[in-house]
Amino acid sequence: MKNILPIEAKNITVAYGSFVLLKDISFAVKPHDIFIIMGGSGCGKSSLLRVLTDLMPPAHGDVFIDGVNFTKADTIEKNILMQKSGILYQSGALFSSMTLAENIALPLQQYTSYSAQTIRELVALKLALVGLAGFEDFYPSEISGGMKKRAGLARALALDPEIVYFDEPSAGLDPLSSKRLDDLIIDINQTLGTTIVVVTHELSSIFDIGTNSIFLDGASKSIIARGNPKTLLKNPPNETVYEFLTRGKHHAQRTP
Amino acid sequence: MKLDYVLTKNRLTLLLSGDYLAYDDAEAKKRLFQEVIKHAPAHIDIHAKDLGKWDSSLVIILFELQKLAHKKNLVFQTEALPEGLKKLLDLALAVRPKPPQQKAPAACFLERTGAYACALYHICRRGLSFIHQTIQSVGHYLTGSAVMRRVDLWFALEDAGPKAIGIVSLISFMVGLILAFVGAIQLKSFGAQIYVASLVAIGMTRIMGAIMAGIIMAGRTGASYAASIGTMQVNEELDALKTMGIPASDFLVLPRVIALTLTMPLLTMLSDFMGMLGGGAVGVFMLGISPQEYWKYSVDAFDLTNFLVGIFHGLVFGWVIALCGCYYGINAGRNADSVGAATTKAVVSAIVWMIVMTGIITWLCEVIGI
Ligand SMILES: Nc1ncnc2c1ncn2[C@@H]1O[C@H](COP(=O)(O)OP(=O)(O)O)[C@@H](O)[C@H]1O
Ligand SMILES: [Mg+2]
Repeated sequence: MKNILPIEAKNITVAYGSFVLLKDISFAVKPHDIFIIMGGSGCGKSSLLRVLTDLMPPAHGDVFIDGVNFTKADTIEKNILMQKSGILYQSGALFSSMTLAENIALPLQQYTSYSAQTIRELVALKLALVGLAGFEDFYPSEISGGMKKRAGLARALALDPEIVYFDEPSAGLDPLSSKRLDDLIIDINQTLGTTIVVVTHELSSIFDIGTNSIFLDGASKSIIARGNPKTLLKNPPNETVYEFLTRGKHHAQRTP
Repeated sequence: MKLDYVLTKNRLTLLLSGDYLAYDDAEAKKRLFQEVIKHAPAHIDIHAKDLGKWDSSLVIILFELQKLAHKKNLVFQTEALPEGLKKLLDLALAVRPKPPQQKAPAACFLERTGAYACALYHICRRGLSFIHQTIQSVGHYLTGSAVMRRVDLWFALEDAGPKAIGIVSLISFMVGLILAFVGAIQLKSFGAQIYVASLVAIGMTRIMGAIMAGIIMAGRTGASYAASIGTMQVNEELDALKTMGIPASDFLVLPRVIALTLTMPLLTMLSDFMGMLGGGAVGVFMLGISPQEYWKYSVDAFDLTNFLVGIFHGLVFGWVIALCGCYYGINAGRNADSVGAATTKAVVSAIVWMIVMTGIITWLCEVIGI
């Protein structure tokens, strides 16, 4: 298991029809990384995540999960690989007609043979982990946005995934809630040893949690920087990355 | 993968060894917990030197055990656990705000009846105020001050007109066919099968054309109005309209009401015609009536008053469908299920109201003698 990469993208092209977003990009995520995918709005971060999670096929290239070619895998193999990953969608994507407990129990009922009692206990544990102990019988409409995200995370963690993907976890959250979610991401990463992929353009998150990153650029449709975000800030490889990571302050100073 | 323990006078030591992956031994767990409850050992600790791989199935045992220990004031020592597992338990057990208690006490019979009556009153009020707003919007439209986009009207017209022609034609043709077929069986016994033409012509123009067009459009267009406006409610688009000061009745309801006002009479005519064509098919191919003869009897039976009453039915049905669809869409809840419920209510209520309106119109015709 030591030298198998949890995620490896080889020469993938992300496109909608003939509209190419990212061309021929490659990257690898190492075990236990908190891997940040950053870049400006509309550069194709969410689309890349859709490709990594097989919601959309790449126009070209392959995605390897745990060393298995996910893109070319058959349905059964894909199913097994999918159980290894959990996804927290931008809005939480909880099923509105189910309680939080039912939402989290769904993947457990689908993929495991645990008894009802064990599933109940697992649900209680996952909710407690994300700070929602006792909220089992609440419906998504009865809790706040930050709580919805945390509940979504509890569902993503239901099957003890090896990889968890986050799409803009801090979007729509106040600074404190977003900080708490960041802390939670670090906790999960450290306690469960989960590999984490985060799509974000929130600078504080990028520096607080990221151990590795890629920077996507819409204009050149490619990765224009990669590495630990803090290192990138110290030695920015180019102007775009530097401006992004300093929120354009450097530019403002030059042209008062 | 066993759940062993050593119990001394005031200490329970849990012995973890090997892997605990998808561990689900209900018996062993029950035994352990009963032991803790029965003996309440002052200390619970864990021997985890030989612990291999583990997942959440082990964590829940420790988690439940720790909760139990807290409740019974027992000391639960996690020091021996691997670092990750220990932190995980700390994270799960961190003190966090409790959810609010929000269950209201059960209401008595009188209270429920009262609440029901109040709800009924509010529903009626809301419905009437919706109709009132729509009439106001029509007023805005006539005075040229309505906030409505031309394209929306155009889309609504296209959807409720040309795109509906196929299905309305098909169903009406079939209904004409059935009407003629059922009628012919009876009329044949008198040797009067030629009157099938009259039967179909009167039946379709007076009411069946409008009813068929109405039911099809309720299922097709009314449902789509409720679903699309309901989805706008879910996406907070209706709130956005409200805060921009744009009345939903102008922006959303008006184009749909106008569209159905214009298309329903035409669809009713189409349905009349196709029904008669269906009847003709039975007459000519099954009863051996010549096309000319069938045509003559149809024209003889055709009555302008009947025809206009039918068209009027169609017009009223159009309003009913548009109003029901938009009303339930606007009053939909904010989740996926409620959009489904809104769609169902829109179609069912449109059909019920069409029947009610048919009764009212028939009674009115009776009163004024047509
Ligand atoms: N389903 C789609 N069909 C066509 N184009 C799309 C689709 N989804 C997104 N896009 C386009 O792809 C681009 C990138 O979208 P997205 O991946 O959501 O960007 P990001 O998440 O980086 O903001 C956008 O310009 C958008 O217009
Ligand atoms: Mg996005």
